[in-house]
Amino acid sequence: MAPDLPPAGQPPRLALQDVGKAYADAGTRVQALAGVSFEVPAGALVALVGPSGSGKSTLLRLLAGLERLDSGRILVDGQPLVESGAVAYMPQRDLLLPWRRLIDNLTLGLEIQGLDRTEARARARALLPTFGLEGFEQAWPPALSGGMRQRAALLRTVLLGRDTLLLDEPFGALDALTRLELQDWLAGMWQAAGWTLLLVTHDVEEAVYLADRVVALGPRPGRVVLELEVDLPRPRDRGLLGSPSFGRQVGRLLAALGHPSGLA
Amino acid sequence: MHPPAEPSTVEPPLAGLWQAAWPPLALLAGLVLAWHLVVVVGGLPAFILPSPGRVLGVLVARRAGLGEALLASLAATFAGLGLALVLGLTLALLIQVSTGLRRALYPLLVVSQTVQILAIAPLLVIWMGFGMRPTIAIVVLICFFPLAVSTADGLAAVDPELVALLESMGASRSQVWRMVRLPAALPAFFSGLKIAVTYSVVGATIGEWVGGSTGLGLYLLRSKNALATDQVFAAMLVTSSVSIGLFLLTALAERLATPWQSALRARAGRRPRFPSGAAS
Repeated sequence: MAPDLPPAGQPPRLALQDVGKAYADAGTRVQALAGVSFEVPAGALVALVGPSGSGKSTLLRLLAGLERLDSGRILVDGQPLVESGAVAYMPQRDLLLPWRRLIDNLTLGLEIQGLDRTEARARARALLPTFGLEGFEQAWPPALSGGMRQRAALLRTVLLGRDTLLLDEPFGALDALTRLELQDWLAGMWQAAGWTLLLVTHDVEEAVYLADRVVALGPRPGRVVLELEVDLPRPRDRGLLGSPSFGRQVGRLLAALGHPSGLA
Repeated sequence: MHPPAEPSTVEPPLAGLWQAAWPPLALLAGLVLAWHLVVVVGGLPAFILPSPGRVLGVLVARRAGLGEALLASLAATFAGLGLALVLGLTLALLIQVSTGLRRALYPLLVVSQTVQILAIAPLLVIWMGFGMRPTIAIVVLICFFPLAVSTADGLAAVDPELVALLESMGASRSQVWRMVRLPAALPAFFSGLKIAVTYSVVGATIGEWVGGSTGLGLYLLRSKNALATDQVFAAMLVTSSVSIGLFLLTALAERLATPWQSALRARAGRRPRFPSGAAS
């Protein structure tokens, strides 16, 4: 079941128009992104795939307001992106502060916003069971497993109260089984909560399995090589992974990214 | 479903202290015994080397004079440490906030530590007069450096991604300092503080030796001049005990101020879970 599409005429949650970004690396100018355009409709799950060097993380950092673009425009609900704060950004590493217990890591964003500590903790506690973190609020981050740390980082992001989430390879550092488990968990959370998700991954199968739309970026300079509307029913399960349709869509993406196995 | 991560164990601050303490204590006991045997069997006169028992006897007999000297030395030590903290932390912050200041200050800090304390101490007495002030100045000179360098290094090592994360959440500069930079630099600060407190008593003693009107340094000087070697040993025992005590207090304060460190240590101890010999 596809999410309800926004009525025609409503601007997309995120719109990137001809976005360019270059940075200096050891004295040479590297074009990270060259004319990238795509849209993320409100309520959609869009995946951004591409090899390393295709500027995926740079794109997210631009959207998070952590870097400025050199050319083009980024629109949020039709309005120009002015500063950080419009969307919630979850970096690649979980970045839990080692000197804060789990509960105080979760409330970090709320504290920054100036919310009262008791109220902030109450909000975090209410979501602990959903995120599989019940009973660990007093734990120090190093005592948590990789999957728990990642779910904690996501909960910290969610608590910022912004319903557009940018996730930079949220499953990259996890073992294979935890990864599969968290993918399904995230898909369920997204459907239940009605978030708009932009998910960066280098795993094409993960992208097709999770997303409504996959944007493939080619490397150096990063540019869109294919936009694929994923044609798979929801809710999805692992059985889809063996279907010809799934294999075809993964193949198209791999071909667009220049991978030989995609040409078949 | 999820691998059970153990809830953080609350470690009592002094747990494991005994485990760490008994090997050096056993070695020390052996050395003291050897010392005793050398004096007794070798028949050494007390002004060359007093026996451990004799030193303890002097310690008890002279406790009033030693106690008075100790209090004076402690006053100078703490005054010097306090000033060194202010100076060291200010320098660390200046080095951190400006690259220009870092380039200008850091080399001079190192140069300041190459100054011979024994050469500058009499000059400090000439400039500041006899009494506590030159003593305090020497403590500051010795102690500010480890504090400044370790804290500056701790601040410089803060993970820039943590700072970026807070900025993406809209944190102000002061929030970034309070929530990330300062706690991140705390362990390094305590490393510097442990070095500083250990040297501080030695610094005070040097100051008193050269130009003090009171304190353990003066006590040492007078005892040496009187060839009262047993009193020299007794005073050394006091200064060493104070240094060790200050070090332990600082280590305890570190444990209380950085409770997450024990979780990190526990993780480091847990890490080799899989037999590494199988792969190599």
